[in-house]
Amino acid sequence: MSQKSFILTLEGVTKAFDGFKAINELNFYMDEGELRVVIGPNGAGKSTMLDLITGRTRPDVGKVEFEQKTDLTALNESQINQLGIGRKFQTPSVYIDHSVFENIWLSLEGPRTVWSTLFSRMTGAQKDRIHEVLKTVGLQDRATVKAGSLSHGQKQWLEIGMLLAQNPKLLLVDEPAAGMSDEETARTGELLMSLAGQHSIIVIEHDMTFVRQIARKVTVLHQGTVLCEGTVDEVQNDPRVIEVYLGRKKKGHQACLN
Amino acid sequence: MTEMISSPAISRREALVIALLALIGLVVLPCLNAFVPSTSPLHVSNFAITVYGKYLCYAVLAIGVNLLWGYTGLLSLGQALFFSLGGYALGMHLMLKIGKLGQYQSDLPDFMVFLEFPKRFPETGGLPPHWIPFHSFWFSAAAVIWVPALLALVFGWLAFRSRIKGVYFSILSQALTYAATLLFFRNDFTFGGNNGLTDFKFILGADINAPSTKRWLYIASGVLLLAVYLGCRWLTSTKFGLIQRAIRDSENRVLFSGYATGRFKLFVFVVSAVICGLGGALYVPQVGIINPSEMAPDKSLEAVVWCAVGGRGSMLGPVVGAIAVNAMKSYATHAFPEQWLYLLGGMFILVTLFMPGGIVGVPAQWRAARARWTRKGEAAGDKGTAPAVLESATKEP
Repeated sequence: MSQKSFILTLEGVTKAFDGFKAINELNFYMDEGELRVVIGPNGAGKSTMLDLITGRTRPDVGKVEFEQKTDLTALNESQINQLGIGRKFQTPSVYIDHSVFENIWLSLEGPRTVWSTLFSRMTGAQKDRIHEVLKTVGLQDRATVKAGSLSHGQKQWLEIGMLLAQNPKLLLVDEPAAGMSDEETARTGELLMSLAGQHSIIVIEHDMTFVRQIARKVTVLHQGTVLCEGTVDEVQNDPRVIEVYLGRKKKGHQACLN
Repeated sequence: MTEMISSPAISRREALVIALLALIGLVVLPCLNAFVPSTSPLHVSNFAITVYGKYLCYAVLAIGVNLLWGYTGLLSLGQALFFSLGGYALGMHLMLKIGKLGQYQSDLPDFMVFLEFPKRFPETGGLPPHWIPFHSFWFSAAAVIWVPALLALVFGWLAFRSRIKGVYFSILSQALTYAATLLFFRNDFTFGGNNGLTDFKFILGADINAPSTKRWLYIASGVLLLAVYLGCRWLTSTKFGLIQRAIRDSENRVLFSGYATGRFKLFVFVVSAVICGLGGALYVPQVGIINPSEMAPDKSLEAVVWCAVGGRGSMLGPVVGAIAVNAMKSYATHAFPEQWLYLLGGMFILVTLFMPGGIVGVPAQWRAARARWTRKGEAAGDKGTAPAVLESATKEP
């Protein structure tokens, strides 16, 4: 391990729902500026892991720490977001009745109190920043249209843009390529890779082509715990991974993992 | 930049319409009542002025409901409770101003004599201690605001802290108003039991039944409606307003963007309660009575119907709906009283099914239908292209 400090630490985390351990003794460490891809079969606990980081649920036991100093289990969703942790949901969630521009405006970093929103006026710098974000996600031409009229892929990008506007230290991105065409998927991959470095990013994904495109380090979750970690090639050739993805079936694993 | 913000400050056209309506409502109608002889066909009767004043108060209530339902996605089925509390707060003051003109010719309001309050509260001569400050008009006027606000603050804080949402919030708000109704029905709750507060004689020293007083109360209702309208118009045009609607459309996104949505909902819930309370306070002196049936669950439901019929989610919709439905009610309950509730229910169903934008949404709906019609016509004329229906379907995400 380098001198870099961990931006995110999960240690000995367990979370059970009605006795079912969605997360089981999970240990997960992430460096600052890293782009990490988390994969795993359905029910491996990927989304639950994001829920635990973002305060949607709390662990039964274990440590969830941000920047090696802030205990996330004591905070709620909005407080955690204010620390600099942004989350993109699996299904695109944008404000359908607002313009694309307004969607970004509401996400822009800044005060979040009732009072501040009553009397805030948009500054020129904010406006420039909004256009910059729109340009980054390739929606500069769609600023004035209602977000509800965007295509599925554009909504996904808008939501990533909304995350960027918050200027978070850590981005959690849940299945960004779901429902996208191949071309859109490739563009999304480029976008995420361009963001790595300035931000730390966790991407949850199923699409292995996409994973191959963006991943440097992959974590495989299985039954709520880390099965293995490594490069895409290491992970794909790990017999345990092949086993959990394919079960007893020996044939056809290439179809699944390629 | 302005075109990127979907709800800018009031447009010129809207300002003109409002100014015109305000002129008619606040100047022309009262003048027709005061200065045109009753023999003239242009005369507006005292009775009509009071009825219109009542409609305006209902419109204020409807704006309160819509601020929650149409703009924040919170369907409260208990806003008539706040309306009634505002009414009770002013009604208490009016009761104390009756003086010895009541049936029992006592300083105490009639119901307190009748229910033998002097035995219950001997140290104050029969007046329950919490009634004493209501001798002051200004204390009562303040209570019109803070009593609904306080209840909304406590109830809202508990509900939003526990993340009660959607239909559960609706049910809970209905339970709250139902519980309050039962409480106010009790004689020993010191608010007049099922008879409520009535037989008012004076307001601010003026005879409450005099035509000029009625006219001023009507004008006050109009001014209140205008102020509430403009206030809400401003509120919904701020960044707060954008967040309000964002909560309606995707609360999780707002929450995970760092906004404590519970605080925003609490704020708007309290604002709405105050609006409803103010409407109730002006309603009571005009109709001359407030009793627990005003806060019964069906009253809140009716206000929801006004919003739906007029068009929720627009600022003018609830005003139009409240006035239109109540005007129809005034007529229908005379013409065919038995069928009125069926008519109301049927109207609600029809609007929900066929007019999602309500009355004020009809022009836009009509334009959309016409655009569809012309597109369909073009597609039929040009056999080479795919049907318009398919084309638009593939555009959907």
